Formats: sequence, structure tokens, C-alpha cells
Amino acid sequence: MSHEKRTLEFYVLAAFFTLFVLFLYGPLSAVFILSFQGPDGGLTFPLNGVSVHWFFNLFEQQAVGDFGASFKRSFSLGLMVMIVNVVVSLLAGLAFRRKFKGSTVLFYLTVASLVVPSIIISLGIGVVFQQFGLKPAWYSSAFGAHLTWTLPFGVLIMFAVFNRFSPAYEEAARDLGATSWQTFAHVVLPMIAPSLIGVGLFGFTLSYDEFARTLMTSGTYNTLPLEIYGMTTNVTTPVLYALGTVTTLFSFSIILLALAIILVMRRRQAKVV
Amino acid sequence: MTPAMTDDETQGMAYPKPPITARIGKVASRIASYLQAVPLALILGFFFLLPILMIAVVSFWDYDFAGLYPDFLTMNYTDTLGSWVTWKTYLNTLKYTALVWGLTLLIGFWVAYFLAFHIRTTTMQMVLFLVCTVPFLTSNIIRMISWIPVLGRNGLVNTTLIEMGIIPSPIEWLLYSDFAVVLAMVHLNTLFMVTPIFNTLMRIDRSLIEAARDAGANGWQILWNVIIPLAKPGIAIGSIFVVTLVMADFSTVQVMSGGQSASVALMMKNQMSLLQYPAAAANAVVLLIVVLLMVAAILRVVDIRKEL
Repeated sequence: MSHEKRTLEFYVLAAFFTLFVLFLYGPLSAVFILSFQGPDGGLTFPLNGVSVHWFFNLFEQQAVGDFGASFKRSFSLGLMVMIVNVVVSLLAGLAFRRKFKGSTVLFYLTVASLVVPSIIISLGIGVVFQQFGLKPAWYSSAFGAHLTWTLPFGVLIMFAVFNRFSPAYEEAARDLGATSWQTFAHVVLPMIAPSLIGVGLFGFTLSYDEFARTLMTSGTYNTLPLEIYGMTTNVTTPVLYALGTVTTLFSFSIILLALAIILVMRRRQAKVV
Repeated sequence: MTPAMTDDETQGMAYPKPPITARIGKVASRIASYLQAVPLALILGFFFLLPILMIAVVSFWDYDFAGLYPDFLTMNYTDTLGSWVTWKTYLNTLKYTALVWGLTLLIGFWVAYFLAFHIRTTTMQMVLFLVCTVPFLTSNIIRMISWIPVLGRNGLVNTTLIEMGIIPSPIEWLLYSDFAVVLAMVHLNTLFMVTPIFNTLMRIDRSLIEAARDAGANGWQILWNVIIPLAKPGIAIGSIFVVTLVMADFSTVQVMSGGQSASVALMMKNQMSLLQYPAAAANAVVLLIVVLLMVAAILRVVDIRKEL
């Protein structure tokens, strides 16, 4: 199939794909351009001069919302979720390699966690904390709520990774006299490391952008998505776009960083093998 | 005793019991499995299972402005199910779900099909796939807001159309309407369709397509009789994602309809902000049952177990 001449179907679908990419990125670039709106400009085109006024506005003025503090909270929460997501998914992935009593139940519970609506989990955790007399906070209840969304992704990725993982490498290591810890640390871990970076990336970005699950569980202090959601209803200046541009660029750089690490790891592996 | 059985016995005796170290190793590895599974089980138990059970319990409780009172009332359910507003809201949510499901499936399938069958190098496939995936990893709310300068009354679409002389005055229904809600939902969720379908399409053995062509099938016949049946598990997984996400959506509906349309989750959210937790819980139980029935229906049509 791969050496045929390009057909009409190819050109039609290529045009369709291009439109799809435009559809994905077009509105985002409108926000990006409008965040450089002049000081007198409004929420829509045309640009009324070009300036970085709204970016300064974002960092100076406190009336818009506490952008700095909520960013710090979301960033810390993202890191916490990332670390726990990687460790717990890896352990669960290892556990699922062998059949154990309750493994099916645990697997279905994990999948169910992906399917049950976010707002129901948010409400449930809110009520549990209230009834047990615990104080909800972004680092406790919201942390748990985020994990119910990121862990299923992590576990399913590890599940897929270990399904395609040949035990021959471990057997070879064992035959050469490696202990089970050495086999894990020097053979298994380096091989699955790129996937673990992926699991970490999912954990961080999904948590950093999570909104519905934080709604009832964040306690007194807002995370960044909650802050932005509040801003959509009462902010009428391009400062909203400046915030959008800053957080989106931040997400992009995190994704690029993760991809770069994965690429470097793959290269190094290719050299070794 | 039949000879066969003695045979069995001698065979059984021929294999001595495994040495004690091997047996310890087996027990140890079983314990290790449990220990490795414990963190996941604990987190899901406390932050997923317990909250769901709690919602089921609280949905039967009494409440007033001051707090919740343990009880066994069916009032919350009769109030919810007996209200015309609830049924209308469900209908509206189902309408969004059906529209978004249909559109994401259509778009997602052709995007995945293009990537899987028309892009010739793996590197290019991965690059284009990442181009599609990256927006999924950025903020949903920002992506919703990004439609405002495009669709607004003085937005890009309206100004362009007016300048070109196609319309005399701005189209009002572009933003803050059902159209905007569905458009934003498709924008947010198509990737959930693309990824699993792309995954199944990539696993289709290319020789099957060659065989179909050799047997005289034309392009549409190959698509309809070979590719789509084999892509069903991916379509099912994508559908589960899209259906559950849209059924549970409240932020897109709130932001993009400008507060003019309702969804089940938005109704729940409003009850929650009024601290009517038992009423919200009853709604949650009904919504959960509806969503799980939809997932079960999808799984009845397509068996996805071999995909996992």
C-alpha cells in the first residue's frame, strides 16, 4: 500500500486533516495574538496597538484574582500528583503481571474510576470530608480527587507496557546471577523509563488543568483552573487572554521537556542495543 | 484401579515436590503482588469507592439550610424524578451527547484513518499524532475561552463575513448558544476518539487489505467490510470516553451557553452551591446509573476486553 501513487482520497483527507489542525489551534492562536492587545484594546479583534501591558497587568494588579498563589498551588499539586502517579502506577503495573486474588476487581475499579463523572467524585469526596469532620484542602481532598482521574491513565499505560514486555530479559539477568532487585533496577526500569516519563507527564498536566474534580474539594484556596473559571464570568479585559497565553505556554514547555527526555532516553537505548 | 490411574500416580510420584526455597519464592512473589497493589487499592478505596457509597447513602438523608440529617427518605428521588425540569435537562444533555458523539466519531475516524493509512513514515505519523495530542494536555477552560474572540458578536467570523458582504449584521447564535456548546465540546473531546481509533487502525494487518483488494473489493467495500469492523474496539473505547465526558459536563455548557442552557451536571452543581447535598446526591445516583447503562450498552455491542 505504501508505494502506490497518491490517490484523490489522500488529498481530500489531507485537506480534512489540515482543517482539523486549524480547528484545534486556530482559536488558541487568536487568544495568543489578542493577549498582546494595546492598553486600550478590548476582548475582540482588531488589535488596538501592540503591547505587553496585559502581561504586566497580570503580575501587578491583585484585583483580577490571585494569579501567583493559585499558580503555585496548582504547580505543587501537579508535582505531587505526578510523583504519586508514577510510583503507584508502576507498582500496580508490576502487581498485575501476576494474577492475584482480587486483581480483576481492582482492575475494574480502576477502569470505573475513569468512567464515573468527575462531578460525582467531586461531590462524594466533598461529602465524605464534611461528614468525617475533615477540612478539605487542595493538598488533601483535591489531591485524592485528581489521583482518581490520573491513576487509571497511568495504570492502563503500565498495563499495556508490561503486556508487551518480554520476560526473556529478566530471565537472562537472573541467569547471570542478578538478584530480583538488581534485575528490576538495571534491566526492567531502564527499559520502561520512557513510558514512566509519559505517565508522569499525564499525571502533571491532567492535574494542572483539572477543574471539575477540584470544584468541591479544593477547600478555601483556589487552584489555577478554578481561578480562571471565576475570571471568565467577571473579567472583561484582555488580561484573561494574557493568563491563557502564559498557562498554555507553560503547558507546552512541560510537554516539550517530557518529549525531549523521552527522545534522549530512546536514543541512548538504541545506542546500547 | 485402572491402569490409567496408576499411570497418573507414578507420574505424580515421578515429580518430587519443589524444593522449599522455590515454594518460599512463590509465596514471596504472591505477597509482593499484594504489596504492590495496595497503594492503588487504598487510594481508589478512599477517594473513589467510599465517596460513591457515601453519595448513595446521603441521597436518602434529610437536609435543611443548617446541615444533613441521617434518615431514610425517598423524597430526594421523588423530587428529582417527579420534576419536569429534570426530564427536560436530561433530554438536553442527551441531545448534546448524541450530537457530540456523532461529530467526534466522524471527525475522529477520518483523522485516525488518514494518520494510519496515508502517512508513510512512522516518524511523520508520530509527529502528526503529537500535533493532535498536544492541545489535549492544555487547559480545557482556556480552550473554551479561546472561542470568544472567534465567535463573539464582533468576533473574527462575524467581522469577516460582514466585510465580505455575505451577511448584513452579526450572527447572534454563534456564541452563547447550543451551537457554541456543541462546537466547544467537539473541540475539547475529539482527541479522545482519535487516539483509540488510531491505535486499533495501526494494528490492522495490512495483508488483510491486500487480500480484500485481490479478491476484487473496491475502496468503500474494504472500508466497510474490513477496516471498520476491525476498528470497532477503538471506536467503542473512544465512544465511552466521549459519552461519559459529555454526560458529566457542566463547565462547557455554562461558559459556552452563557448560562442559557442546562445540563444534568450543571443542575447538580447548582444544588451543591446551595448546600443541598442530598438532592445533588440523588441526582448523582441517577446520572451514574444512566452513564453506566450507556457504557454497558456500548460494551454489549463491542467486546473491548482483548484490547486491554
